[in-house]
Amino acid sequence: MVDNIIEVDKLVKKFGKITAVDKVSFSVKKGEIFAFLGPNGAGKTTTIKMLTTLAHQTSGKINVNGFDPLTQQADVRESFGIVFQDPSLDDELTAYENMEFHAIFYHVPKDVRKKRIEYLLKFVDLWNRKDDFVKTFSGGMKRRLEIARALTHHPKILFLDEPTLGLDAQTRNHLWEYVMKLNKDEGMTVFLTTHYLEEAEKVSDRIAIIDHGKIVKQGTASEIRKSTKSKTLEEAFLKLTGYKIREENNSSAEEFRQHARVWGRR
Amino acid sequence: METIYVMWLRQLKRYWRSKPRMLGSLAQPILFLVALGFGFGPIFQKAGGGNYIEFLAPGIIAMSILFTSVFTGIEVIWDRQFGFLKETLVAPVTRTRIMIGRALGGATVGTLQGIVVFLICLLIGFRPDNWLYLPFALVFMFLIALLFTTLGTAIASRLNDMQAFPLIINFLIMPVFFLSGALFPLDGLPSAINIISSLNPLSYGVDGLRYAFTGVAHFPVIVSLSVVFLVAAAFTALGAYMFSKIEI
Repeated sequence: MVDNIIEVDKLVKKFGKITAVDKVSFSVKKGEIFAFLGPNGAGKTTTIKMLTTLAHQTSGKINVNGFDPLTQQADVRESFGIVFQDPSLDDELTAYENMEFHAIFYHVPKDVRKKRIEYLLKFVDLWNRKDDFVKTFSGGMKRRLEIARALTHHPKILFLDEPTLGLDAQTRNHLWEYVMKLNKDEGMTVFLTTHYLEEAEKVSDRIAIIDHGKIVKQGTASEIRKSTKSKTLEEAFLKLTGYKIREENNSSAEEFRQHARVWGRR
Repeated sequence: METIYVMWLRQLKRYWRSKPRMLGSLAQPILFLVALGFGFGPIFQKAGGGNYIEFLAPGIIAMSILFTSVFTGIEVIWDRQFGFLKETLVAPVTRTRIMIGRALGGATVGTLQGIVVFLICLLIGFRPDNWLYLPFALVFMFLIALLFTTLGTAIASRLNDMQAFPLIINFLIMPVFFLSGALFPLDGLPSAINIISSLNPLSYGVDGLRYAFTGVAHFPVIVSLSVVFLVAAAFTALGAYMFSKIEI
């Protein structure tokens, strides 16, 4: 019986001479909400990519739900649902089609597919918009749809990579309510990254802070506050990662949108 | 099979729903047909080449398939940047199936585009020599479409953004089109161009299509069919390999 649903041991990812993730080790217990925090470019998304089979590590070991993402990709992929940092919906399809295509990819049986999609779209308050094209949705609606889609195949782990980025306070609040409800009702393990530290403190059981590719602190929010003699998690975060502003390029998606405008698409 | 079907269906839905794209992709073949067909028609006839529209139509049909298919293949870059590719790459299905679904969808879209241009050709006076050969023409249309969709997919699998897009069009697709015998006969060309044309898979596609529509061909039709089929199969394998190697 394994209590840890995710185990990461001395994980390294190099891009040429740059070491994006440097001997990172941590574990996530079954059923907990685990926050993976860090400044821009700290290595959060790269770590998630390796956990979810989208990138291969340079060295180190990963175990997700008892499977190795390097050699047991299909088993790992069946185990999780993911909401990416950048949008990953097909804007030219309807909300229902996006859900249905996902259900087919994840081998959800045909006889339960329709019911499950209906349940999840109602869960995120999008059932009345199911036949609308995703391109007509607001950012918050798209995020809710992505969460619903990630849950279609009843995953054991839900990865949320900055799911509330760019959303208003109301939508963020609703979104975290959904996540906590899922964690409580379904016992689903949640692995999240966010820049909103107060949100991370509110929803997560344990936190790991990563900076320059290395984990600088792990524990509960109160343990981290205590060990850094800080009043808030934000203060602790700044003490651990420094006050210098990190520079990060435009996301590739944003760069591409600029090109796409020039080419008259989307 | 359901994964292949759903990816095929997605390509068709996207094509059908993008009316400006459908109309836009018809503008170029119509322009070529009208401007070149009627412009060069009298000269072509005087030079003893016969009816130029009869000669040109299969080439323009192939051209529309070429451009539509390459664009559909290159959509991998769009999906990469707008995120949907990630959704398919983390799914517990093999990337080969996803790629084959995409390729068949792109090939179907390319073939449909070819059929629409064929109908336009009929409107401006083109008449196939033997209507019974139409299914044979459809086979060539589909193989040309598959060949260039998979080529587009293979190229797009190695690209992260659209910076290289004009290069692909100007240095690969335009030469492939102009040196395929779509606009002029391959007989009597300078030897350098003749060699390049003989190495161009679209030359065989255009020639096979021209045979199916008019009964006239530069290469033996069995050679054209074999070349287009084998190159399409090779590019499908290459596209599947390149697609399987994508890291995001």
